[in-house]
Amino acid sequence: MKRSFFSVTAPRLQIDSMPGVLSDSVRIETPRQIMLLIEGHTENGHEMMIQKGDPVKTGQKISLTPDSEAYAISTVTGTITHIEPFPGESGKQFTAVSVAVSKEVDLDQRFAAYCDAPSLEGAVDLLRCLPGSPAFENFTDADKPIQTIVINAMDQDLFVITAQYALKTFYHELVQGIQHLKAITGVKHVVIAVPQDAIQGYGDIGASVINISKGYPEGLPHLIAQRVMGHEIPVGKNFQDFGMALLNVEAVASLGRSFQNQEMAKTKLVTFLDKNGNRSLVSVTVGTPLRDIFKHFRLSWNDQDQIIIGGPLNGYSIYTDAFPIRPDTDAILLQDKDDVALVSDYPCINCGDCIRVCPARVPVNMLIRFLEAGEYEEAAENYDLYSCLECGLCSYVCVSRIPIYQSIKLAKYELGRAATGEAADE
Amino acid sequence: MSSVAQLPGRQQMNNPKKLIVSHAPFIHIGSSIPQMSLHIILAALPAVIFGGIFRFGASAIAVVSFSIATAMLWEVAINLVSKKPVTVGDGNAAVIGLVFAMLLPATAPWWFVLTGTFIAIVIGKQIFGGIGSNPFNPVALALAILMVSWGDFLDFDEMYRHFHFDFVPTYPLATVKHFGLDAIEPVRLMDLLLGRQIGGIGATFGIGLILGGAYLMIRGFIRWEIALSFLGGIFITALVFNIIDPARFADPFFHLLTGYTLVAAFFLVPEDSSSPVNFMPMLIYGTLGGIMTVLIRNIGAYVDGAILAVLVINLLNPLLDKIRPKALGKAE
Repeated sequence: MKRSFFSVTAPRLQIDSMPGVLSDSVRIETPRQIMLLIEGHTENGHEMMIQKGDPVKTGQKISLTPDSEAYAISTVTGTITHIEPFPGESGKQFTAVSVAVSKEVDLDQRFAAYCDAPSLEGAVDLLRCLPGSPAFENFTDADKPIQTIVINAMDQDLFVITAQYALKTFYHELVQGIQHLKAITGVKHVVIAVPQDAIQGYGDIGASVINISKGYPEGLPHLIAQRVMGHEIPVGKNFQDFGMALLNVEAVASLGRSFQNQEMAKTKLVTFLDKNGNRSLVSVTVGTPLRDIFKHFRLSWNDQDQIIIGGPLNGYSIYTDAFPIRPDTDAILLQDKDDVALVSDYPCINCGDCIRVCPARVPVNMLIRFLEAGEYEEAAENYDLYSCLECGLCSYVCVSRIPIYQSIKLAKYELGRAATGEAADE
Repeated sequence: MSSVAQLPGRQQMNNPKKLIVSHAPFIHIGSSIPQMSLHIILAALPAVIFGGIFRFGASAIAVVSFSIATAMLWEVAINLVSKKPVTVGDGNAAVIGLVFAMLLPATAPWWFVLTGTFIAIVIGKQIFGGIGSNPFNPVALALAILMVSWGDFLDFDEMYRHFHFDFVPTYPLATVKHFGLDAIEPVRLMDLLLGRQIGGIGATFGIGLILGGAYLMIRGFIRWEIALSFLGGIFITALVFNIIDPARFADPFFHLLTGYTLVAAFFLVPEDSSSPVNFMPMLIYGTLGGIMTVLIRNIGAYVDGAILAVLVINLLNPLLDKIRPKALGKAE
């Protein structure tokens, strides 16, 4: 993706197409120990629902405290061996629950009970951790009734083919998932956003189909929602305010698959890219630490390499290979230390490349001057900080190699903190 | 092994191997400021070598080399004095030195060049905070100051008096200004394109400049909107003058190929820091620059208006760049 010294034009950034001949995904064996991440702290004095040594069943819901909304679904049967705080990306706090996997499988009966009487409340309560992370909680806001469900079959970053693969191979599960979704939410209007070149007929899928360009970042949820609505979403609002809910294609397929098998789906499709750019599609039990995937491919990482989750433009990198596959992990990239894109402290030279590339028409050249000076309010007010879609293209093209995207994320984070009063408490 | 040692975080701490954790994006297009400077220098070379050095000889080499060298030395000096990291490696000082030399006669004295690069680097660029912070084009600023201080050294007819050429050695713009259109009857456009005219070291060879400029525009090292609208502004304004009084004002092609027009279009006007980045502002900026240039040439006091026109539009840049499209979700 680098432009060579002699190349005339800049590379076109496109979501990759799948190879014509589809090979099966590689199944990674469930390891002897898995780790589940649950959002929230462990040491806040609340009574913990789980303890070290507790047995867990396959499909069991695990929450930290009785009143917390965050939960994880155990994808294995076994015993809890550790519960510990785990700092996640962008300042998020997780609690890691490690489970030693036992040989026999003991199935939790809650999903069977749900199948007998499916409901939206039940789905919010149990199915949010299906592979693909369906955000059922977005359907429950009484002030913002959902009229349209958009199923996003667009991959979110370069190199990633997870969503396209799910769309192609889980067709029947997808159809069933859409039916079920319509039944529990009562929403009749379902749209599925598929890549331009997905030539397969989707006539009987139970949803209207729209084609999305594969040019990055057309497949980001915000832009797809705008395509469906036919107008721009005003800053400060999101598509839920317009009665729209977005679900990942794999989430809907997982829903269908769970019903088909009468057991909650627990394997996640993940695009895996090694240091040499070899791509494989793997099917992994949620909770599998990344090191077990590396082990499967007989890969090891060296000092100062980088492990990236999500994708090269808008993903995030992690500090340990013990990090588990989560229900929303679409891709893993292993990057050699020589390929790590370093940033510099050079000033903006006003070349205007970011202005050309920005899909949100943000005046990036002005914005970055205010962000670097810490003038976040000014940046939000006059220089369109909140129009940013977080696609990462500005940093990708920046000739001064300024970490623009990072500054934008930091500014939003700090403004968010100031708004919730956390900054004042400290 | 205690249970504590098995915690993922602790394990990482004891592991001599560490992962890099940086922020997205994790890939970069590969461009850099040194590379950009290198391309601009490359693009300028045809005009400098074939238009300047082959035509004006060794003294042209001396001026170009001295200009680049002193520009870089001034940059290092100001870096050291201000206790800032040495930035000469980014190539920007070399570009400034080269472009400055392109505007000078091959016979410019050494102190003239030295003063010029001092003004360009120290006053034009570093005092404002270095690369990216200069409100004016450093080269245009330096040349404008020299023009009002020692204007005689930029009088090309005078400076090339002792040279022998195989064409009539007159500076076309000055001839038209002082003696009228009749005096340039022998000047043919092909001569101008091939550099058979006198002028700045890198400003006479039309074809070389056009090739270099086209290269920079296609590769995206300069903003084509600015360069082309500047040329467009010159063409249209000169055309209007020409239509009004064809006996007094030269035709637009003459204006496009003489004086500093082409150097300005590709190396001065689109300079990053002092020019706008939004589409409409770029067009307005360039067009205004072209109009100003011809106005000064045709009815102003100076022989060539390009340098002063650049400074004037530099002044307008911050205001112009406020004209921009509404950002996503901000449209009424």
